[in-house]
Amino acid sequence: MCYLINTVKKITITKLNEINMPEIKELVKQLADEHGRTRESLLPILQGIVSEERYVSDFAMTEVARELDMSAALVYGTATFYSFLDTQPRGEFVIRLCRTITCDMKGKKQILKTLEDLLKIDVGETTKDSKFTLLETNCLGWCHKGPAMLINDEIYTDLTPEKVNEIIGEYMKK
Amino acid sequence: MPDKKLKRVDLIFSEECSCKDVLADGLKKSNEELLNEILDSGLRGRGGAGFPTGLKWKFTAQEKAEEKYVVCNADEGEPGTFKDREILSRVPLKVFGGMAMCAKVIGAKHGYLYLRGEYQFLKNDLQKALDEFHSYLKEMDFDFQIHILMGSGAYICGEESALFESMEGKRGEPRNKPPYPTVAGFRNKPTVINNVETLVYSFMITRIGAKTFHDLGTADSRGSKVFSVSGDTPIPGIYELELGMPLEDFVEEFGDGDTKAVQVGGAAGFCVPRKKFKDTIIGFEGVPTGGSMMIFNSSRSMYNVLKNYVEFFEEESCGQCTPCRVGCQQLKHGIEAVKRGDKSAAYLDTLQKLAETMKVTAKCGLGQSVANSFSSIVDNFKEEMIY
Repeated sequence: MCYLINTVKKITITKLNEINMPEIKELVKQLADEHGRTRESLLPILQGIVSEERYVSDFAMTEVARELDMSAALVYGTATFYSFLDTQPRGEFVIRLCRTITCDMKGKKQILKTLEDLLKIDVGETTKDSKFTLLETNCLGWCHKGPAMLINDEIYTDLTPEKVNEIIGEYMKK
Repeated sequence: MPDKKLKRVDLIFSEECSCKDVLADGLKKSNEELLNEILDSGLRGRGGAGFPTGLKWKFTAQEKAEEKYVVCNADEGEPGTFKDREILSRVPLKVFGGMAMCAKVIGAKHGYLYLRGEYQFLKNDLQKALDEFHSYLKEMDFDFQIHILMGSGAYICGEESALFESMEGKRGEPRNKPPYPTVAGFRNKPTVINNVETLVYSFMITRIGAKTFHDLGTADSRGSKVFSVSGDTPIPGIYELELGMPLEDFVEEFGDGDTKAVQVGGAAGFCVPRKKFKDTIIGFEGVPTGGSMMIFNSSRSMYNVLKNYVEFFEEESCGQCTPCRVGCQQLKHGIEAVKRGDKSAAYLDTLQKLAETMKVTAKCGLGQSVANSFSSIVDNFKEEMIY
């Protein structure tokens, strides 16, 4: 039992360390200075956190709530509604592969298989080195050039397994 | 029989005139003159719902309020649509120009462009174009400011009231209507919300005149429209075509010779099978579309198509109202069960009834339109759903 508690403690401590509290506090403050401290600033602030940290942690949410003087539940409600505002830790590069029918028809399944093989993860997972997260997403608006994927905010279209190999190879070097 | 033939038009992307000149000429006109031009042109919203644009502007102009807003809906999320991205990257000044015309008519000082999160990469160029546009406005001494806001990956935010909620920092859950945006939109103030393409047409109408636009298309569908063509076609891409053409002409031009069905209007639109190509008109009197045209040939399983759509709706339903939240889940489970053989073919009729119920009871356009693709695919390709 004691052992169990210790492990739990350890996990919590490493998690909090990973989150890097002072840095997030500073980031939230900066974003609030830039976008304002009203309800309307909430979405831009959350987007700013995601673009820096790749996800909004519980800690970041409470920090935003404190900075904007609103209930944490409101922040949580907004943050969990939007699919691009991740609330789980994500890799440095978030890959979102379009799964809509036209991309599917142009060979999206092969692309997905190539990505899974290259990164050795399934959809929804993050690589052990926290470099890549693989996700599927709804229509990216590149139906005439499918299959398409986003890596963070960069768009890649007309994908083939060879092309994916090359692209991911480049990102692995980064 | 439809009497229109497929005809290409070049209004949206044409570069024969400078945006600055069109803007200057437009701003010199009286509000009444501008509004009448839009009303007389017969322009209807290009986002899909097709509400007359002039009326929207007129209703908002009639409201008495200190603050009014123009919002450009660039949350293009309908599967198979990519025209707004193309318009925003090629002719952004025309979009802003349309917003300025609208601002003049209704008396707004601020405009907002809500861009979907998937198009983040457009933002820098858009901002540059916007800075240029603001400098024009300053020269012309017209007090109007446009701000760009980003979405974060939610299809439902394309619904106008959900978009306002999102702009206000809330969950993108649609509001009850009425009140309509013309009375209480963004910040509960009178607001005109128009699709990207609608705004460009409004801008171009001030240049070419209401009559030229009105002469295009049919009685119910005036003008032209930008189509996003994808799927089984040798020439996918963006095409501006006159409204009111028979689908048969469209398929002849864009199909690969083996077209089985065309999904007109995206996942929220209708699936038209081969036997109905001849009698189907593309326009508000026939099958309306926000521009999405997905072409399927004989090698495609319509079950996979439908399943893809239903999964899409299940995920994108905001979950606020029960008919849509539970309905989408049950439609998905239902067609899977029929395909597996766990349910008899007659169960498809029960699912059709559920879809019809959603049409009547769902709170917003998302839940109401699931039945469009569901019924049109199940009706026309029943055997593919079962075997």
